[in-house]
Amino acid sequence: MIAILSDIHANREALSACLDHADRAGATRFVFLGDYVGYGADPAWCLRTVMDRIAHGAVAILGNHDQAIFAGTQGMTGRAAAAIAWTRDQLSPDAAAFLKTLPMEHAEGDTLYVHADASAPGDWRYVTNAEEARRSFEGNPARVTICGHVHVPRLFGLTAADKCTAFAPTHDSPIPLSRARRWLAVMGAVGQPRDGDPAACYALLDEETAEMRWMRVPYDVETAATKIRRAGLPESLATRLFSGT
Amino acid sequence: MAPRRPRQGETIDGFTLGTPMRESGMASVFEATHPDHQIPLVIKFPHLEGTDAAHIVSFEMEQMILPRLTGPHVPRFVGAAGFEAPQPYLAMERITGPNLESCLRHLPLATEEVTAVGAKVALALAALHRQRVSHLDVKPANILFRETPDGLRGDAVLIDYGLAHHGRLPDLIAEEFRLPYGSAPYMSPGQAMGRRDDPRSDLFSLGVVLYQLATGQLPFGEPLHLAAVRRRLWRDPHPPRRLRPEVPPWLQEIILRCLEVEPSRRHPNAAQLAFELRNPEAVRLTPRAAKARRDGWLTVLERRVNLDRTPGPRRLAAPTAHSAPIIAVALDMREGSPALSEAILASLRNVLLSLPGARVACLNVLLDGFITGDTPHDDQGRSARVQRLAELRHWAAPLGLEEGRITFHVLEGSSAADALLEYAEANGVDHVVMGARANSMLRTVLGSVSGEVAGRAPCSVTVVRARETGA
Repeated sequence: MIAILSDIHANREALSACLDHADRAGATRFVFLGDYVGYGADPAWCLRTVMDRIAHGAVAILGNHDQAIFAGTQGMTGRAAAAIAWTRDQLSPDAAAFLKTLPMEHAEGDTLYVHADASAPGDWRYVTNAEEARRSFEGNPARVTICGHVHVPRLFGLTAADKCTAFAPTHDSPIPLSRARRWLAVMGAVGQPRDGDPAACYALLDEETAEMRWMRVPYDVETAATKIRRAGLPESLATRLFSGT
Repeated sequence: MAPRRPRQGETIDGFTLGTPMRESGMASVFEATHPDHQIPLVIKFPHLEGTDAAHIVSFEMEQMILPRLTGPHVPRFVGAAGFEAPQPYLAMERITGPNLESCLRHLPLATEEVTAVGAKVALALAALHRQRVSHLDVKPANILFRETPDGLRGDAVLIDYGLAHHGRLPDLIAEEFRLPYGSAPYMSPGQAMGRRDDPRSDLFSLGVVLYQLATGQLPFGEPLHLAAVRRRLWRDPHPPRRLRPEVPPWLQEIILRCLEVEPSRRHPNAAQLAFELRNPEAVRLTPRAAKARRDGWLTVLERRVNLDRTPGPRRLAAPTAHSAPIIAVALDMREGSPALSEAILASLRNVLLSLPGARVACLNVLLDGFITGDTPHDDQGRSARVQRLAELRHWAAPLGLEEGRITFHVLEGSSAADALLEYAEANGVDHVVMGARANSMLRTVLGSVSGEVAGRAPCSVTVVRARETGA
């Protein structure tokens, strides 16, 4: 069973709650889909935790906020850029160097892991609807693509008749990724959910049954928000955690 | 290259194919055996040739849904291979009892038969709907019955989930087909408009089946194309009693309620429909029961015109799963204190406040041992029963529930817990409310009925205890 975690965004409380949950659920492998830093107040701890999991066989790829640490914040919103500037001062040279080593994507069998739209991973485009999903399907050959970036869980399918469909998964409900079609699974965010549910989101992929299960894990939002305020980061980054928006 | 179709005698993944059972445009179905499974099996192979995606998608859908279903009302899933395998298949338990289609030769059926069959199917639908699945192809060919050990008609089993909708899975049928899919004579108006996410569609289809069983005719005929199927949105069927005056008014009421175009005018859920079929005295009669003929042309025309002006049944919200539960209140008027009676009443009132669609069944158990002595069993039993019913009605009067929302039942048995549990199981009860036995001496001797019910009930149980004062 593979646990897939995306958009951690330096939220230590959310990340440790999800990792605990996944360990208890019997996850044997971990894939991190990027955006370890930015927005939240615990970038160093989160990166150390991910690096530690990598040492034990986990896979991690690069997100746009991670890239911004070493490549600049052009194209980012004001508060995202402010958070990156603050984050740079928090990271050890090791951690910053680690981000530079991360790949843009990771392929395993017929499955592709990527942070954003798979047709052009470096362009960091969102996949929010069937039309954008089609662009991703057409731009890469993987049967199953798994990405994050949007912070809203979705499952897109491409049928044999070339119809692109969208589905909003309910948490803790295993959904079979049937072999008769192609799939694009968009993870929710661990550290900054934006679908109206403040609980942290990650997914479990059962390789044997080819079933994907989006999980929601309640965590200590209060503490995560307090740390954001204490760090002097934009207030909205703290308040949005309570509403999951 | 088109794959060869499987044949009798072949072995695939350990399944040995027996007699072919059905050959449709979509799939071949065989009886089968497997050394690891000691139950009768069927195995279904989708046809892979041809360009019609419909049967491929139906097969995928059934393959997703069937393994997720449990209980006596569905064939048990045994195994499957998807389209990645050289030969996709779906293997499941074979239901050996009779198919409802075999009854169609002897129509119309007697009222007791219609309601017995109907209640069994409604309970099966309730079990399915609780698992978030709408069948969407309810028709006699898809309704089977388990055989009881003494050869009687047991639980209804719904087969064929190729058109079903699961509330928590992507709906492949809706995605692939813009046209409604289903069996034309039985299809609900909502389905005819392309709506697949309302479980009350199945109540409509069951209404068509009940109509057919009771009158020997199909209420909307056998339309051959979609435009003709949609006629049922404005054209009402002949009332069953017009075709067959023996149909009692309460059964006409039930059937015509199932056949309402607006889902919100049908029974709120399948369990409540089953309850009415089993308890005719609980049916509240409306003008539907007395309807003698179809609506006049002006009404029909008006409906049709209005339909064109509105966006169709899509505007209606489907009910939530628990908005219209059946609540059973178990009362022991002999032993319980007035304070406990009051506490149960208060507790029930709170539940009803938040659930205006709820239906209440007030239960009391007449224990076998209660009737003793030399007086003829019947006389004493009857008067005890009448007395208990009167007591139940008296207790419930303060609730002020209108007829049809509350019913009263005196059960018999040697164990109160067994009688209550059996009732809850057979009637699809969603919630049992009962009092705790207060007297600790009696509880020690007799055991706790509420404890046993709470431990074994198929549903939620609220045990009410009057707070002890003083002591």
